[in-house]
Amino acid sequence: MENIKPEIGLLRFTTAGSVDDGKSTLIGRLLYDSKSIFEDQLDNITETSKRKGNDEVDLSLLTDGLRAEREQGITIDVAYRYFSTPNRKFIIADTPGHIQYTRNMVTGASTADVAVILIDARNGVIEQSIRHTFIASLLDMKHIIFCVNKMDLVDFSQARFDEINKEIRELLEKVGAKNIHIIPISAKFGDNVVDKSENLKWFNGSTLLNLLETVRIADDYNSKYARFPVQYVIRPQSDDYHDFRGYAGRLAGGKIFVGDKITVLPSMLTSKIKSIEDFGNERYDAKSGDSITICLEDDIDISRGNMIVPSENLPDLAKEFNVMLCWFNEKPLQIKSKYILRHSTNEVKSILSEVNTKLNINTLEEDTDKKEIKMNDIANVTIKVASPIFIDDYKLNHVSGSIILIDEATNETVAAGMVVK
Amino acid sequence: MSDFKINTNHLKLLEDEAIFIMREIAAQFEKPALLFSGGKDSIVLVHLARKAFWPAKIPFPLMHIDTGHNFDETIEFRDNLAKEFGCELIVKYVQDSINQGKAIEEKGVNASRNKLQTVTLLDAIEDEKLDCAIGGGRRDEEKARAKERFFSHRDDFGQWDPKNQRPELWNIFNGRKNMGEHFRAFPISNWTELDVWQYIMYEKIKLPSLYYTHKRKVFERDGTWLAWAPFMELKPTETVQNLDVRCRTIGDITCTGVTLSTANTLDEIVAEIAASRITERGGRADDKRSEAAMEDRKKEGYF
Ligand SMILES: Nc1nc2c(ncn2[C@@H]2O[C@H](COP(=O)(O)OP(=O)(O)O)[C@@H](O)[C@H]2O)c(=O)[nH]1
Ligand SMILES: [Mg+2]
Repeated sequence: MENIKPEIGLLRFTTAGSVDDGKSTLIGRLLYDSKSIFEDQLDNITETSKRKGNDEVDLSLLTDGLRAEREQGITIDVAYRYFSTPNRKFIIADTPGHIQYTRNMVTGASTADVAVILIDARNGVIEQSIRHTFIASLLDMKHIIFCVNKMDLVDFSQARFDEINKEIRELLEKVGAKNIHIIPISAKFGDNVVDKSENLKWFNGSTLLNLLETVRIADDYNSKYARFPVQYVIRPQSDDYHDFRGYAGRLAGGKIFVGDKITVLPSMLTSKIKSIEDFGNERYDAKSGDSITICLEDDIDISRGNMIVPSENLPDLAKEFNVMLCWFNEKPLQIKSKYILRHSTNEVKSILSEVNTKLNINTLEEDTDKKEIKMNDIANVTIKVASPIFIDDYKLNHVSGSIILIDEATNETVAAGMVVK
Repeated sequence: MSDFKINTNHLKLLEDEAIFIMREIAAQFEKPALLFSGGKDSIVLVHLARKAFWPAKIPFPLMHIDTGHNFDETIEFRDNLAKEFGCELIVKYVQDSINQGKAIEEKGVNASRNKLQTVTLLDAIEDEKLDCAIGGGRRDEEKARAKERFFSHRDDFGQWDPKNQRPELWNIFNGRKNMGEHFRAFPISNWTELDVWQYIMYEKIKLPSLYYTHKRKVFERDGTWLAWAPFMELKPTETVQNLDVRCRTIGDITCTGVTLSTANTLDEIVAEIAASRITERGGRADDKRSEAAMEDRKKEGYF
């Protein structure tokens, strides 16, 4: 699989919006108009729509998969959907909009490159829009696309769109996000989703699909920023590969070359990359995202949880650091209690030593009551770890800059954090 | 040939992701096993596992839950594959679960052992002390699967609780568990049927010839063509015909649909799938039973 250029091939995006803003309908529309819906799926939802007394096919039924969701007509969990056009394959994380599902949106956004945020043209920017934009920016989306939906219900009015456009720009002054796009659409009737709308002739920008097909998401593969968390040590102990000792993992950021000088963390031992193995194919380099196996010139002791990095640019070796933490669990955060911290392939014990600031994510103002961090809250906290870990700022590297916390008693993932300096 | 322009740039990314998951499984679990059905998805899993650990052998066994209602060729293919790649192979029989009275054979024309596999699988996980079963499930297959995690937690009864799943963030997978619990892991969650076929084509992966066109005795039921086998009951209106078909999925004979097709090469199959308008599960009788059939089976511990 060598001559394939991945950077343009796959785009992951997440959808956000309040309940009934039309997320599920929009995704259904994208699937439907890009002809990614199969006959039997369409039969199935047509029948269900009829049974529920709807005249038109309810496209949201395509994504609302669990029984409870269909019965209540809401999206509870993150659902993943796939479609492709001749230009790109798309993975959609469809996440629910209610405040009690902030954690699901964080989850969906953590693996996405782009966030699509829906705004109801009748309501304009509301509290939820602020929250969704903030989360998209916190998780460092490469692009945020605002879809002003239900334009059919405001007579496709340009004046109304301009008002909302202004509200969004004001919001962005508070949040700060990069690469913003704003499109007027009607998910229900398909305007500007896949096909250019006859009703919105005053809008010169691209349709949503066109934008998704063309936005740039590629890394710049600067070798300074290479990070290689060791997942697994490969020692075949067979006759043919008697002395083989390879470090398997997925390169996170940047690019590496055979011959590069590297440092192993936390031991700080140095060596050079002898070879990059890929199922018997000889290769001289690897770039961010590649799953590879690295062999080194020197025999040094390396195990899972270690990180191999370019000697010219080491991450911080930290025993105490700050993260923006999103709390996921019903049981509130306990200050001074211990959690297991997972950082890439490394696992250490940790203590949450202090809550620095807590945000009211609906207003983006600081919450004075920072005593209790409950489910779906987002706060800046200080974490102490039992042995130092090697971190980067999340905005520099999403892999070496992210952590999760696990409750030792229940094994549940209770929080996700992004390293901030 | 097709007039489809097919995008393949994404295959490398899907492969990198799946290999990453394979290695996380090997690192985080003590005794995983790869559920091998003989179908194309599990054959792709084996290929990905070989790549993940090369030049070492795959560090976990393959496990087949055998309903006894197989295409002969599946078994032969399975045994050869295990031998060729030096994999340990565990086979567990649904018939044993039936003999032990743990599973009760279904009756009637739509009788299938597909659902009974759950009993055998859960027993096998317990007997072999497995802590992770690796499956070829894909989120595009079915609505309930669209919500599935890469690392999917099962309680000590083997059950899935879709409303209370562990969040999965970035590439950090939490495989911690209590005694008696286990995980299901799905390395090709993000692949579609077309991705699987394109990958098979690019990587030149060997498949059982059942996937290519061949003459077979088939009959039509509820709009689906099913392979005929001597132990299957026919309705009075159904007749067996000998037609050119190929399998789109391979599982238990009683509920695997076949497609009328003369596609003889991977190119032709990929073109056919790309143009096709029915999901592959649309051909599986087991999912037609009710709208939430898959969700219910999965909660109980099905693949
Ligand atoms: N008129 C109109 N209705 C829409 C549009 N998009 C969605 N809807 C309707 O709004 C309701 C909620 O949509 P849904 O997709 O379930 O919203 P979700 O909660 O964000 O997933 C449904 O009744 C849709 O038919 C639109 O563009 N125009
Ligand atoms: Mg919805």
